[in-house]
Amino acid sequence: MISSLLAAGGFVSPHVDYHALAPEIVLGGGICLVLLVDLFVSDSRRWILATLSGFVLLGAFLPVVTLGVIGSDVRPMFDGRYVIDNFSLVLKALFLLTGYVVVLLSTNEIQEGGYHKGEYYVMLLSSILGMVMMASSRDLISVFIALEFLSIPAYMMAAWRKRDLKSNEAGVKYYLLGVFASAVMLYGMSLLYGVTGSTKLVEIGKVVTGKGKFGGIEVMGIVFVIVGFAFKVSAVPFHTWAPDTYEGAPTPVTAFLSVASKAAGFVALVLLVYLAFPQAVDVYRPFFWVMAALTMTVGNVVALRQTNIVRLLAYSSISQGGFIMMPLVVAGSTRSAEASLRAIVVYLIIYAATNLGAFAVVIAVSRKTRSGEISSFGGLFSYAPGLTVLMTVFLASLAGIPPFGGWYAKFGVFNAVLSARSGWGYSIAVIGAVNAVIATAYYVTIMREMWMKPALDGDVTPVRVPGSIKAALAITGVATLLLGVLPGLIGHSGITGLAGAFGL
Amino acid sequence: MDVLQNQQWLLSLGTFLPMVGVLVMLFIPNRDEAMVKGIAVLTAAATLAVGVYTAAKFDYGHAARLQFFTTNAWIRPIRATYTIGLDGISLPLYLLSMVITLLVMVYSWDHVPAPGNPKAFFILMLVLQTGMAGTFIAQDLILFFVFFELVLLPMYFMIGVWGGDNRQYASLKFFLYTMFGSALMLVAFIALFVVTKNNSATPELASFKFQWFIENGGGVAKNTAIWIFAGMFIGFAVKVPMFPFHTWLPDAHTEAPTQGSVILAAILLKLGTYGFVRIALPFLPQAAVKWAPVIGVLAVIGIIYGALGCLAQTDMKRLIAFSSVAHMGFVMLGISTLTTLGIDAALFGMVAHGLITGMLFFLAGSVKERYHTLQISRLSGMLKQMPRLGWILGFCAMASLGLPGLAGFWGEFPAILSAYSPAAGLSQVLFRTLMVIAAVGTVLAASYLLWLYQRTAFGEPTEEFGGHGSHAHAAGAAANPEHHDDIEDVKIFEWIAWTPLLIAIVVFGVYPQLMFKIFDPAVNQLTAVFRK
Repeated sequence: MISSLLAAGGFVSPHVDYHALAPEIVLGGGICLVLLVDLFVSDSRRWILATLSGFVLLGAFLPVVTLGVIGSDVRPMFDGRYVIDNFSLVLKALFLLTGYVVVLLSTNEIQEGGYHKGEYYVMLLSSILGMVMMASSRDLISVFIALEFLSIPAYMMAAWRKRDLKSNEAGVKYYLLGVFASAVMLYGMSLLYGVTGSTKLVEIGKVVTGKGKFGGIEVMGIVFVIVGFAFKVSAVPFHTWAPDTYEGAPTPVTAFLSVASKAAGFVALVLLVYLAFPQAVDVYRPFFWVMAALTMTVGNVVALRQTNIVRLLAYSSISQGGFIMMPLVVAGSTRSAEASLRAIVVYLIIYAATNLGAFAVVIAVSRKTRSGEISSFGGLFSYAPGLTVLMTVFLASLAGIPPFGGWYAKFGVFNAVLSARSGWGYSIAVIGAVNAVIATAYYVTIMREMWMKPALDGDVTPVRVPGSIKAALAITGVATLLLGVLPGLIGHSGITGLAGAFGL
Repeated sequence: MDVLQNQQWLLSLGTFLPMVGVLVMLFIPNRDEAMVKGIAVLTAAATLAVGVYTAAKFDYGHAARLQFFTTNAWIRPIRATYTIGLDGISLPLYLLSMVITLLVMVYSWDHVPAPGNPKAFFILMLVLQTGMAGTFIAQDLILFFVFFELVLLPMYFMIGVWGGDNRQYASLKFFLYTMFGSALMLVAFIALFVVTKNNSATPELASFKFQWFIENGGGVAKNTAIWIFAGMFIGFAVKVPMFPFHTWLPDAHTEAPTQGSVILAAILLKLGTYGFVRIALPFLPQAAVKWAPVIGVLAVIGIIYGALGCLAQTDMKRLIAFSSVAHMGFVMLGISTLTTLGIDAALFGMVAHGLITGMLFFLAGSVKERYHTLQISRLSGMLKQMPRLGWILGFCAMASLGLPGLAGFWGEFPAILSAYSPAAGLSQVLFRTLMVIAAVGTVLAASYLLWLYQRTAFGEPTEEFGGHGSHAHAAGAAANPEHHDDIEDVKIFEWIAWTPLLIAIVVFGVYPQLMFKIFDPAVNQLTAVFRK
């Protein structure tokens, strides 16, 4: 009877490409599985859940690989509102692997933390599912749903240490500002929908550009949407939540927020800029120029004064966000559109490997020192030379010093903005170059602490690094080095075909 | 088989062999010091052997041509390639880097500075070696950039961990200065690529190979070229260092351990001047002509300022550091004339400065080890106390001030001479004025070096370090807790490390043609564009 009702309503069941949706399906099934298993294992054996979550993420990664290997073309679904193409596959892979590393980082922290061990992994997997969906969304509604899907679990994860006031503050601040940002963004989306009559990004793009001129409402819609995501990527002046949230949240969660959540925000920005209002250059170019310049500069200058390592990494990640934003300034120029897209994706990948690695070291060291102060890294070289060398590699990569990954990320960004051959591009490039130097100053501060200062309180007992964190360090360390020496690797697999997805 | 016969792999082997040594050393436990040192020295020796073999296979009849040339895809999306080659300009510097690394390692055998940890120390030196050699063989701008930057971190740690009292400040200053230069340099490189690609009729052929820029750089509009040159200029000038970007150098040199100072003076500074000769001039000849007067004037300011700075120093090592500023001024003056003679002189000056100033830093290190001070006022009568070391110091001071017959002369004299007739398009009046001022600089060089020598080597040993067993000595020892009885003459590892340098200073001084004939064809080809 239902089917006849549907038929009467003219409803045609949409074509579902199960292979293309497999990552989402595996994740969804995995979330249920973890939740179920959590009910039946005793508390002392909850570590199984971490292992299980890791397998779920790797299981979801498999279809991404097979889809990539088949590498056919774009696979649109649901009227082109949900698309699997090279762009989304690369980012899905990034989100899933990031999630896997975060699981590795969390294992001990959550096991020793004592409460809600199962739920943590459910939240983490949900958030990653939201990100995976974001990469494929090509519609305002699915973008928004993906965003909330990835954000709401993250609010809770930020407040996970529930007996710690700072963690509560982190969660509440993140939640309030996140919801505020969502509201602003929704308002912008409703304006865009009202003007264009469609929620599909490509169609919004056609209508907005078709008229040639923008009215005030279009401009407001575009600006509000960008502002909403500017909160997500903690761009200055919408960054105020980030340092407190990053410092208060459990460190693995901070790593997750500063890498995956930020990447998801940038994915959404890219989708909007490239699909929904590609021709609104005059609106978003000055906007991104100012935000990128501010984000880099303010993030860097404030980072110089930090004494807490997590807070320093928070500001550093704000400033890195400014670098990722630079190519968006010139995304509207046909000369640099493709280079910009590639630069952003490459930067996100390299930044993820590097920043997760840096957090892994912080977690490993703070397990011994029980401190987040930079001074607790004093003399690390004398009792943990391996960790010191790795941290140095990660910091050098963040600073953009060859031969570690970061230089290639920065190179791509400079390449993109300069190939626009416009005043906007040249000016932001110089600002970026100066900021790259300022940034090294505080990265070097940490190096100095580790290599040249005496150990804190003369305590030189070795740091015991748990196996899962060792694995995380190995993955991120190898990735950081490999991406720096042979950056062509990511170039060959998918990134080159990236632009095809957007018809560039 | 073709690859094997052309022996193209030689350069890659010579450059990356130190990294193999590093990998091996990572698996040797820290406490096995002799093993660690042995592997490191062995690796450096093997690297030098490869270098010598490369030099033997080098076709000197065609020194202007790139030899052992290899090109491979590296980073396709940005069109960066792994392109390497060696010609007459890079061969001497390539070899020098290997020689210096080996000698420094030999010297380090019983001179690992506090706080010890020879494993890390030797690993850093090997990494430095790869970066230095790689910079000299790179024939691709991105590859060059990566190698150029590769030396940054090892040197930072070398100064910062094994350096003197003020090491943290000095190392940070060194790091930030260099980063600042290289960030702007990278932007300039990319801008050059973008502009040449856009101007070209065949943009699909664009790549970061040097060849591409040599062919297309001349077509860049003059104003654009001047701006791009400015970015490169800052990057290289910081490294040289040229006045007014030199302030990191005295600090870095003073605080660095002996080994760091030697490598810094002998090779790292040359990366900057080499960059001017290899990249800035040939890629943007039209901008080079515009910038040459600026470079010339700054170079001469550097000569005079460095010399006056030397006269004001009270610390022997700091004095040698300031003399580097002056000597690099001569090198840059030679380059700024844009003539074959000038650039020949500059290249000779680079090698000579590497040998001589490297030696001077070795000596300073040994003096510091024996007297625990480098305060010139506290040192005296070295010739009496340790005649051999004293004589070697005298010899090096003479070489450094440009005494004919020793290597230093052939860097300075032709550089001054070349300023008499600079390339077409440059003001003769300006450059002849510069020539005269630079000539005055040589007199100042003589004065500060002789004064240094006179104060430290002549006279009687001071009471503080006076004759052993005497009453005054006992009093001095009681008064000075740093006092040691180990003021002895040149030791065996020092002999091994120093003899090759001393011989080279004499050989190149007596028979400079040995090196000039290697540079000359390549430089002649390079300056052809300025003779039009």
